[in-house]
Amino acid sequence: MEWASWAEFWNMGGYGFYVWGSYGVTAVCVVVEVMWLKQAAADSRRRLKRMQSWEEQ
Amino acid sequence: MNLYTYASPATFYHLAGRLIPWFAWAAGLLTVWGLYVSFFLAPTDFQQGEAYRIIFIHVPAAWMSMFIYLVMAFWGAIGLAFNTRLSFMLARALAPTGAMFTFVALWTGAWWGKPMWGAWWVWDARLTSELILLFLYVGIIALWAAIDDIRRSDRAGALLTLIGAINVPIIYFSVKWWNTLHQGASVSLTKAPSMAALMLQGMLILAFAAWFYTIAVALARVRRIILERERHTEWAKAILAETH
Amino acid sequence: MAEPSMHRFLLAVLRRDLTLAARRRGDWLIAQFFFVMVASLFPLGVGPEPEMLARIGPGVLWVAATLASLLSLSRLFADDHRDGSLEHMVLSPEPTVLLVLGKSLAHWLIYGIPLLLIAPILGLQFNLTWAAILTLEISLLLGTPILSLLGSVGAALTLGLRGGGVLLTLLILPLYVPALIFGAGAVDGVMAGTGAEAHLSLLGAFLVLSLLISPWIAAAALRVSLE
Repeated sequence: MEWASWAEFWNMGGYGFYVWGSYGVTAVCVVVEVMWLKQAAADSRRRLKRMQSWEEQ
Repeated sequence: MNLYTYASPATFYHLAGRLIPWFAWAAGLLTVWGLYVSFFLAPTDFQQGEAYRIIFIHVPAAWMSMFIYLVMAFWGAIGLAFNTRLSFMLARALAPTGAMFTFVALWTGAWWGKPMWGAWWVWDARLTSELILLFLYVGIIALWAAIDDIRRSDRAGALLTLIGAINVPIIYFSVKWWNTLHQGASVSLTKAPSMAALMLQGMLILAFAAWFYTIAVALARVRRIILERERHTEWAKAILAETH
Repeated sequence: MAEPSMHRFLLAVLRRDLTLAARRRGDWLIAQFFFVMVASLFPLGVGPEPEMLARIGPGVLWVAATLASLLSLSRLFADDHRDGSLEHMVLSPEPTVLLVLGKSLAHWLIYGIPLLLIAPILGLQFNLTWAAILTLEISLLLGTPILSLLGSVGAALTLGLRGGGVLLTLLILPLYVPALIFGAGAVDGVMAGTGAEAHLSLLGAFLVLSLLISPWIAAAALRVSLE
C-alpha cells in the first residue's frame, strides 16, 4: 500500500474522521484501562497497608 | 512440574508477576506489526475505500469480547466444580477487559457503519449481538458488586456467566434470524470486503495482540485481587511491607 | 418415572404458592394493571395511526408482558426467605430443583396466564387482526413460562440484595431476547403472510431448553444465596 504523502495517509481517502475516530477511541480505551489498573493497584496497596497498621496496634 | 501448585494464590501471584512483561511486550510488538500490515501493506478496498481499515480493530475486538466471555465462563465452571478460589479471581480479572472490547466493537462498528450505511447505528446481527453481550457483562459485574459476601459473590457470578454462556449462541442465532427477516442481507457489517490474504493477516495479528494484551492485563488485575483477598496471610503481609 | 413423593412435593409447593397469592390479590392486580398501562403508553408516545400501531403492536405487547412478569419475579423467593421457610424447604430432603420448578410453575399460573387473558383486548387496541391475536396468544403461552423459568434463576441469584428487583431485570432481560424475537416475530410473520410456524417451533425449543436448564441453575443459585 503506497501512500503518496502523509497528508493522504491522515486523510484516508476522505474517511479520516471515521478511521482515526475508531483507532483513536480504541487507543484511549487501552490507555485508560492500563492507567486505571495501575491506579487501582496503588490505591489498593495503600489501603491494605493502612489496614495492616491498624490491625497491628 | 506440578501444575496444581499454581492453584495456590501465593504461587500464582509470583508467576503472574514474571509473566506480565512477556505478554505485554508481545502485545506491543504484535500491535506495531499488525498496524503496519493494516495501514501499509493491505491494499485499498474496491468498494469501501480506506474506511474498511476499521475492520482491523473491529473484528479482533468482537472476537475478543466473545472469547473472553467464554474463558470467564470456563473459570467460573472450574471454580464451582473444584472450589478453587483462584479460578473465581481469574474470572473477575477478565470481565472489565471483556466489557472494554465489547464497547470497542460497538464503537468501531458504529463508526464504520456511518460512512458505509449513512447511519451511526445499524441493527445488524453482529452489532446487536454485541450490544446484548455488553448487557451480559454489565449484569455480571453488577451482580458481583451487589453482593458483599465474597464467596456468594464469586459463585453467583459464575452461575450467571454460565447460563449466559449457554444462551450466547442462541442469542446470536436469534438476532441473525431477526436481522435477515427484517432488513434482508443488504445492511450487514458481516459482509466485509472479500478477504485479501493481507487483510486477514492484519486482522489475525491484531487479534493475537489483543489476546496477549488481555492476558497481561488480567494477570495484573488478578494480582491486585489476590493481594486484597489474601491480605491476612504472611506472604501477603511481607509483600505489602516491602512497598512504600 | 418419578416416585409419587416427588409429585406430591411439587404439588404441595404449587398449592402453597397459589394459596399465598390468593391471599394477596393486590400484588397480582397491580401486575396486570401494569401490563395494561405500559401497553397503553405507547400509542400516547408514538401517535394513534392504526397502521403503525398494528405494525408495532406485537413487539409492544410482548415487551409490556415481559416487564409485567418481571415486576413480580423478585418476590418469588423473597417472602419465604424473609420468614425463614425458604431455608427449611431447601434443607429438606426433597430436591431443591422441584421447589424451584414448583415456584416457577406457580408464578406462571398467577402472573403469566392472566396476561394471556388481557392480551386480546390490548391487541384490539393496537388494531391487530384476529389471526394476529391468536398467534400472539400462542406465542405468549409459550413465552411466559420461559420468563418464569429464567426469572427464577435471576430471583435466586439476587435473593436478599438491595436493589434486587432492578438488578434481576438487568440480568434476565438479555437472556430473554431470543424469546422476544421469536415470539413477536411469530405475530409479525402472520401479519406479513409468511407464517409463524418457524418462529413458534423455535420458541417452543427455547422453552424446552429453559425447562431443562433453568431449574438446575436456579437451585444451585438458591443454595449459593442461602449459605
